[in-house]
Amino acid sequence: MSSWAPGALTPKPAAAPARSMLAAQARAELKLVLRNGEQVLLSLVIPLGLLVVLVAVPFISVDGADGRGDRADFFVPGVLALAVMSTAFTGQAIGVGFERQYGVLKRLGATPLPRSVLLGAKTLAVLAVEVLQVTLICLAGLALGWDPQGSVVSVVLLVVLGTAAFSGLGLLLGGTLRALTALAAANLIWLVLLVLGGVMFPLSEFGGAEPVLSLLPTAALSTGLRDVLEAGAGLPVQPLLALAGWAVVSLTAASRLFRWE
Amino acid sequence: MSAPALEIAGLVKRYAGRAVVDDLSLAVRPGTVLALLGPNGAGKSTTVEICEGFRSPDAGTVRVLGLAPKDPTLRPRVGVMPQTGGAYPGLRCGEMLRLVASFSAHPLDPDELLERLGLVDVARTAFRRLSGGQQQRLSLALAVVGRPELVFLDEPTAGLDPQARHAAWELVEALRADGVTVVLTTHLMDEAERLADDIVIVDAGRVVAAGTVGELTRSGAVGQLRFKATPGLDLDQLLSALHSGCAAKESPSGQYLVEGIIDPQLLATVTAWTAGQGAMATDLRVETRTLEDVFLDLTGRELRS
Repeated sequence: MSSWAPGALTPKPAAAPARSMLAAQARAELKLVLRNGEQVLLSLVIPLGLLVVLVAVPFISVDGADGRGDRADFFVPGVLALAVMSTAFTGQAIGVGFERQYGVLKRLGATPLPRSVLLGAKTLAVLAVEVLQVTLICLAGLALGWDPQGSVVSVVLLVVLGTAAFSGLGLLLGGTLRALTALAAANLIWLVLLVLGGVMFPLSEFGGAEPVLSLLPTAALSTGLRDVLEAGAGLPVQPLLALAGWAVVSLTAASRLFRWE
Repeated sequence: MSAPALEIAGLVKRYAGRAVVDDLSLAVRPGTVLALLGPNGAGKSTTVEICEGFRSPDAGTVRVLGLAPKDPTLRPRVGVMPQTGGAYPGLRCGEMLRLVASFSAHPLDPDELLERLGLVDVARTAFRRLSGGQQQRLSLALAVVGRPELVFLDEPTAGLDPQARHAAWELVEALRADGVTVVLTTHLMDEAERLADDIVIVDAGRVVAAGTVGELTRSGAVGQLRFKATPGLDLDQLLSALHSGCAAKESPSGQYLVEGIIDPQLLATVTAWTAGQGAMATDLRVETRTLEDVFLDLTGRELRS
């Protein structure tokens, strides 16, 4: 092979426009999520499977929900909350943990890609996956007899605030713990919040603990979504406030404590 | 003379109270290649990582292209090849290179880089499935794809086979020819000798020698001149003709050895001396020290942990 042409490597340094960096990085992040079998399992297969089983097999009784349509009305909002948690929290915590371990974040830190654009790209990828999740879960729900109420705006607001809260928690976990510790912790927390977060059981099942549990991010999101989609509420104030609180605290902590290596 | 591309003064970095970099100073002229040479644990990588903005020094100053290492405006201007890792395991080799290329406004052609570094066949292979040498070459490509002014290469050829090493060397030589400043760390004497304009030998966090390959192998170095001639020539006469500090002996008979700074003047003196006695010096051999000799003399010959 011939050698390098003279002048081929002459310095010409300049960062690409932020918009094209954002687009390229978001595409890469999305590609990585969709290529990762465990992530797809966590984000799509488990929530969809759970929805079908919970609605079709009445082994969890829901007060006042006798027919399949009533069961779908109860479980679709919960599974939507689970899906947001899976992608924004668990997926990101594990992903970021391993990116730190593999030195990817360090390497990207030595490129013209600003950290703010990197985080923006991660957020875009999370939102893209969520759009896919919400679409599939809603379609499955409709097929199971789901009869949604309420305003789309409230649902979007809840999902966006929920995503912010869960992303903050995911970045906090993945950005401070070793990869395998982050993996274990993120999965454990996912499981605990699945049970205690109003996804599978109504929070009223937990008796006196309900007011405390309702402040958990998953519970706030599932309750809020249920208020809107099942009961047709306008703006579910308490869940929105709880999610906003989690978002502020977790994103502040993550920005202070996040380690890039 | 233009301002240095990299200037380090009195750099100190401690880990757990132990100075890993201990009052290190050096300067790199723009458009030249500087090799940081030193045994394991000498502080080479720590020094480079401070220059790259990954670590903060405990004392001393570092100016990279005239700026503080963490200055964000440096990112497009400086290319970095870390010692390990640094790619998404799930992205393909070509995807990773194209991704990083897309962060620059005028990147090199990723396909040409892949071809010249022998990565075309694995362009569609996930990073985690690449061999160590292939990962290393991709890492090199990632460091230069944005057309930086200054490139830090931390052990760029570690683990490369000879063909890949030559491809990497050609890249460094082409960078230099095009005016890019290169700072590389290495254990390999032949690599430093071939690529570097200037060499800085570091040991225990300090600069123990600095200069061009020629300066290092000559400076203070006693060369040897061996030759054969008629036995029993008058050595005293030779010694008086040579400048002081030279030594000469005949051992075994007919085989002569002159030690001192071997320069053209000394050579001329020796041949004139043999001619003056009606003899002729044959099998004349000048033995200078190699960079490896200098390195081992300065950093010791015992194995490091």
